Amino acid sequence: MKKMLVIALAACLCLVLAVPALAKYPSDPIVYQIPFGPGGQSDLEARRQQPMLEKILGVKVIVQYKPGGGGSIGWATLVKEKPDGYFISGINIPHIVLQPLARGNAGYKTDELEPIALFQATPIGLAVLKDSPFKSLADLVKYAKEHPGEVICGGSGTWSGHHIAHLQFSKAAGIKMTYIPSKGAAKSIAAFLGGHVKAVWANSNDLVQHADKIRVLAFGTKKPFPNLPAVPTFESLGYKIYASIDRGAAAPPKTPAAIIKVLQDAFLKISNDPKVQEQMKKDGFVPLSMGAAETKAYIAEKVKEWGPVVKEFKK
Amino acid sequence: MFDVAFQGLLQVFLPHNFLVLFIGVFMGIVFGALPGLTATMGLALLVPFTFTMSPAAGLIMLAGIYVGAMYGDAIPAVLINTPGTPAAIATTFDGFPLAQKGMAQHGLVAAAVASAFGSLVANMVLAAAAPPLAEVSLQFGPPEYFWLGIFGLTIISTLSTGNMFKGFLAGTIGMLLSAVGMADLGGDIRLTFGFPELQGGIELIVALIGFFCLPEILSSVIGQRRAAYTEEASNPKLSVVWEVIKSLLGRPWLLIRSSIIGTVVGFAPGAGGNIASMVSYNEACRWDKHPEEYGKGTIKGVAASEAANSAMAPGSLIPLLTLGIPGSPPAAVILGALMLHGMKPGAELFSEHATVTFAFIMGLLVAAFLVTIIGSFGSFVFARIINIPSRYLAPAIVFMTVLGSYAIRNNMLDVWIMFIFGIIGYVSSKLKFHPAPIVLGLILGPFVEEGLVQSMLAGKAEGGTLSYMVLRPISGVLIALCLMSLLWPAYAAWRAKHRKPDDVCQVPLEKLEASDEE
Repeated sequence: MKKMLVIALAACLCLVLAVPALAKYPSDPIVYQIPFGPGGQSDLEARRQQPMLEKILGVKVIVQYKPGGGGSIGWATLVKEKPDGYFISGINIPHIVLQPLARGNAGYKTDELEPIALFQATPIGLAVLKDSPFKSLADLVKYAKEHPGEVICGGSGTWSGHHIAHLQFSKAAGIKMTYIPSKGAAKSIAAFLGGHVKAVWANSNDLVQHADKIRVLAFGTKKPFPNLPAVPTFESLGYKIYASIDRGAAAPPKTPAAIIKVLQDAFLKISNDPKVQEQMKKDGFVPLSMGAAETKAYIAEKVKEWGPVVKEFKK
Repeated sequence: MFDVAFQGLLQVFLPHNFLVLFIGVFMGIVFGALPGLTATMGLALLVPFTFTMSPAAGLIMLAGIYVGAMYGDAIPAVLINTPGTPAAIATTFDGFPLAQKGMAQHGLVAAAVASAFGSLVANMVLAAAAPPLAEVSLQFGPPEYFWLGIFGLTIISTLSTGNMFKGFLAGTIGMLLSAVGMADLGGDIRLTFGFPELQGGIELIVALIGFFCLPEILSSVIGQRRAAYTEEASNPKLSVVWEVIKSLLGRPWLLIRSSIIGTVVGFAPGAGGNIASMVSYNEACRWDKHPEEYGKGTIKGVAASEAANSAMAPGSLIPLLTLGIPGSPPAAVILGALMLHGMKPGAELFSEHATVTFAFIMGLLVAAFLVTIIGSFGSFVFARIINIPSRYLAPAIVFMTVLGSYAIRNNMLDVWIMFIFGIIGYVSSKLKFHPAPIVLGLILGPFVEEGLVQSMLAGKAEGGTLSYMVLRPISGVLIALCLMSLLWPAYAAWRAKHRKPDDVCQVPLEKLEASDEE
């Protein structure tokens, strides 16, 4: 009984202390961790947001890099941080879903990350060089059916967005192709432009950048991709493949909802800014404005979709 | 073409642009000189500042940082045996022995002059022949990367003449270390012993600081209790600057060969300055009439390494500017900056945006001259650093090593790894193991692995792995180079029989023995 009383009192005390702390959030500098090195797209986006976040939140925002393990080192750090809203991190889907699925122990669990928002999608497409005999996705499927394993597709990483798209598409089309991973998108694009692979899985911004030398066979989007509207979607060709790299932000587990809301509103204010959207579209990205709840549901949906795929192909 | 280049040059000399270039070079030297801070970080840090500038000014500033950092990494390499960035590993081979002989200034000036020369050659190549060379760079596929990595590994045989077994054992240890963490290809988790913290692998710079820097400090503190960091004090003089410049310009072939090696390695996307400087050092030693001077403190060794790693920077911009393929991490940051200024890499950079593009290229060129001036005159100040008594300098350096290994990934684990490597490095130097082959294995392991795995996957689809890996023109050239490099020690031994007994390339082990007498 006495114990209960102590606990109840302590709980009250906590609430009393917590409320003013919340009312003042944010009052200190916020660390915005990027779980990759400087110079990548996640970094560029964070640098774009940094001054705007500072203006909206009224505190300093410090961008800090923690690269390693394809992002896992940074996310393992995030889930161990204090849930007080002063340490947040960029997140990338599919990374945060696939790493725990594929590695057994990635140092964090997908549901430990407390989503704040998603602000950018990078649709994944399958492309060939301009002089390739494959004029359409149907040509490629037909050739791959007759020559199992001979079509080499490049892409960035293993158990990555590109790899999963490759596996899902091969399965849906009933074909066997060879997937050759590279360390990073830049290298796989170089191998593709040099003719060392027959086709490549790549991010929309890279495909837009090299649009004059290549032919994109299909995009993993629901609607046609605005920068290259003539390119069909996998769905329109009869394959249910939706593939993209999505960027957002998350907080440590058990972060109070009030803090998440402050951060969410700040990120969404930036992602809804027409100037920011314009810039993103020009570079070949698709602006997103998904709040915390919506992001959570989206991640859960992806866990359901990819779990069986990883299980099936990971021996 | 020439008038556009001239336009670009005029842009650089506009007062405002020249000021930001100067600031850029200075910042770059600082970032290059501090182990753990890299050119990539310096660039990334300053990209947001360039938003507010005109595209030309912004890119000129980034050019300055990149070129400055490529020289800055030589400063700690010469003074305290610690490469500021991985690209300066080979600079330590002769740079630190020079400092130990009291000739630190010779090393610093040689590095500045050679860096500038390397930049100059590579920039001329970039300005004159970027588009066709970019096409060549695309010919590098998985097999070529594999053979390039193997060629790099054959350098171990030269580095460890007289004890091949130890050299290759050390190289193997380095390659094993490089396999720690998540495999980029295949996604397997290797050698982490169940610690997810190790999935990020071993960071090269952390290993460099551990293997190169700590053993020197330990040697200077343990046993000998040297009062000063090096036996000889450094006494900078203006005459040294002229002497070094004259001596290097009297050996144009050394500089030209090193610069060309750097440029070529640079435009192979993904091969970095570390490989360029190692290969260049090795070749310089191999073709020199007096190979026995290398590793004992000769400005030729410093120049070979620095000319190559500075040439690599513009070299890596060749595929970037023409194809939009970043050949190195700093090039990736520059790509981001170009995109943010609305300049898409490709043909239009040389037509539509030609003025800005050439302002950038000329910025690189003028930065090279600034490096010579700042480096030559800075050498008076820098060289005196090692005259600070050991009891003050050693703790300061230890503090820097901790800071540097933490800063690279904001990771405390890296600091512990650095200390462990430092102790291993100290013990192995007592056993006459040189750290260079370990580090070489660490650098080239991922390179060789990626080339091999991709070649095996592609070879299966192409109908024969062996034929796919061997029957390609660039592969053929690289295989020939590998064979030549492997057989060289035998030839050198034969030559030594007919000439002087110690007439072979050898990395200094005696400097590590200096602290043996307790």
